[in-house]
Amino acid sequence: MTALLVPGWAGPLSQDFFRQAFAAGTAAGVAAGLVGSFLVLRNQVFAGDALGHVAFTGGLAALAFGFGARTGVFSATVAVAVLLAVLGGRARLDDVVTGVVFTWLLGLGVLFLSVFTSARATGNGAGAVRVLFGSIFGIDAATAGQTAWIAAAVVAVMLFIGRPLLFASIDPRVAEARGVPVRVLNVVFLAAAGVMVAQLVQVVGALLLLGLITTPAATAQRLTGRPWRGMAASVAIAVATVWAGLWLSYLRPSLPPSTSIIATGFAGWLAVEATARRRVDRGHRPATGEERPFTGDPGRGASARASDPG
Amino acid sequence: MPPIERWPGLAVAAPRLTWNLQRDLHQLLQYPFMRHAFAAGAVAAVMCGAIGWFAVLRGETYAAHTLATVAFPGASGAAYLGLAPLVGYFAFAVAGAGLIAWLSPPGRVPRERHSATVGAVQAMALALGFWFVTLYRGFLSSLSGFLFGSFLGVTTDDVLVLAATAAVALGLLALLGRPLFFASVDPRVAEAAGVPVRAVSLLYLLLLGGAVAEASQFTGVLLVLALLVVPAATASTLTARPAAGLGLSLALAVGTAWAGLAAAYFTNRPAGFWITSVGFAGYVLARGASAARARQGRRGGRSAVA
Repeated sequence: MTALLVPGWAGPLSQDFFRQAFAAGTAAGVAAGLVGSFLVLRNQVFAGDALGHVAFTGGLAALAFGFGARTGVFSATVAVAVLLAVLGGRARLDDVVTGVVFTWLLGLGVLFLSVFTSARATGNGAGAVRVLFGSIFGIDAATAGQTAWIAAAVVAVMLFIGRPLLFASIDPRVAEARGVPVRVLNVVFLAAAGVMVAQLVQVVGALLLLGLITTPAATAQRLTGRPWRGMAASVAIAVATVWAGLWLSYLRPSLPPSTSIIATGFAGWLAVEATARRRVDRGHRPATGEERPFTGDPGRGASARASDPG
Repeated sequence: MPPIERWPGLAVAAPRLTWNLQRDLHQLLQYPFMRHAFAAGAVAAVMCGAIGWFAVLRGETYAAHTLATVAFPGASGAAYLGLAPLVGYFAFAVAGAGLIAWLSPPGRVPRERHSATVGAVQAMALALGFWFVTLYRGFLSSLSGFLFGSFLGVTTDDVLVLAATAAVALGLLALLGRPLFFASVDPRVAEAAGVPVRAVSLLYLLLLGGAVAEASQFTGVLLVLALLVVPAATASTLTARPAAGLGLSLALAVGTAWAGLAAAYFTNRPAGFWITSVGFAGYVLARGASAARARQGRRGGRSAVA
């Protein structure tokens, strides 16, 4: 009966594992698309990537000391996010600081791994693969619901601090002079990113997380010059690539879902990039060149910038 | 690659650190595997210290990390196709460097777009690697050594290949050094002065990719930044002069690698943990010293005014 009601392309939605992956993936796409566009805007992509790896250290530390891995992952990512925000100095975080802290934390992870595996004497290959790559097709309904709630909370925080954060991201000095609490915003933002990363790493893996925070935001930057529109586009692209990728992996089971989601997003980005370059070559390029932020759209650049408050 | 914690020779006599330095050195170097590890560590550190100093100067830390992780599809793809891992490492490192340079031409894109590009390339590379792994399952057993390194199974041939790569890389860097420095400090002025900034950046990324591909076989893909970025960051904190910074970066990298290896040998904990910890401690000390110096300078300046 149901088979008659659903059209062919929606067939996979009648299966539980696919529905859960769909729900969790959509929530992940919304949160990661939004947080990712701020990470890109603030030049903190490496920090987001590093937090994904830190989750690994946190999980292993918790296992080595006999706590639940979940506690370890959440406390490690949030703690490191706050630490990076504080170490990063006045307004922005330097990639060099991120790299130094991140390397040491991974070194600690190796120590915990050696403690944990010599205590258990089991191979660690499969476990590490799960931590790093996750498996979106293997999550239960409870995890999917939890992911949706955490994503909603992160999105709510982002919407709440969005306006001042955007101001502080674009011009921290002017924002500070106008009384925007730039440093507090940086800490709150990275802590929210840490919570999101902690949940998504456990559900979809560090790999897909990285794909969802970078590629949609990079594509959106090329599509529009306006920050708010860019964020909406980033969220839409993230969700669309998740859907397309999940569907593709359902049709071709030999393709892991993380791979097909990221590959879809990457292909879309390359297409947008190539189109934008062709337009630039044809002479739509504004005289100011590309070096200013938010001139991703050469056709509408100047008027869009003038009319947008951000 | 053997697991990190299983050091050959430990079953015979557990090494003990004593106050007798000569005895310690004798213990440390009595096994060929440790001598090889020290040689490989030194060569990798010299190469990474020099190339990494430019990475820090240019703000290419994230690109360095990305070019290291690109080794993952390289290794798994080579395993899938039945090629030597080194072929895959280099092929993907070169492809990754080219892709980054093409998608984000230096000096023409805003910084934030550059890091987004680098991150997206990394995600795609890892996704490919993951696909190769699912196609070819045998690769998983050595994943820990791949990610976190192993200085243990180093053979004489490995050291020779590493030394040859390092010699080529350092030679190229010496040729490239002056225009690269100019282009890194001020790309616009350099371009106006006739430096081929785009070509120089592409060459540097290729060099970085090659060096990282070679060094990460010993340090592990995730920990190569311990020799590439951490010593250079410490050196840049301590001095702003280019020649002194470059020299300090080299010295710190070698010192970090050797101290980490020795500590790993005597404590029987992973070398990756010690190398990163020694490097991080050095960085924290340098930051503290420079902050103290700045405060002192400010106080001195104020008293001079008064």
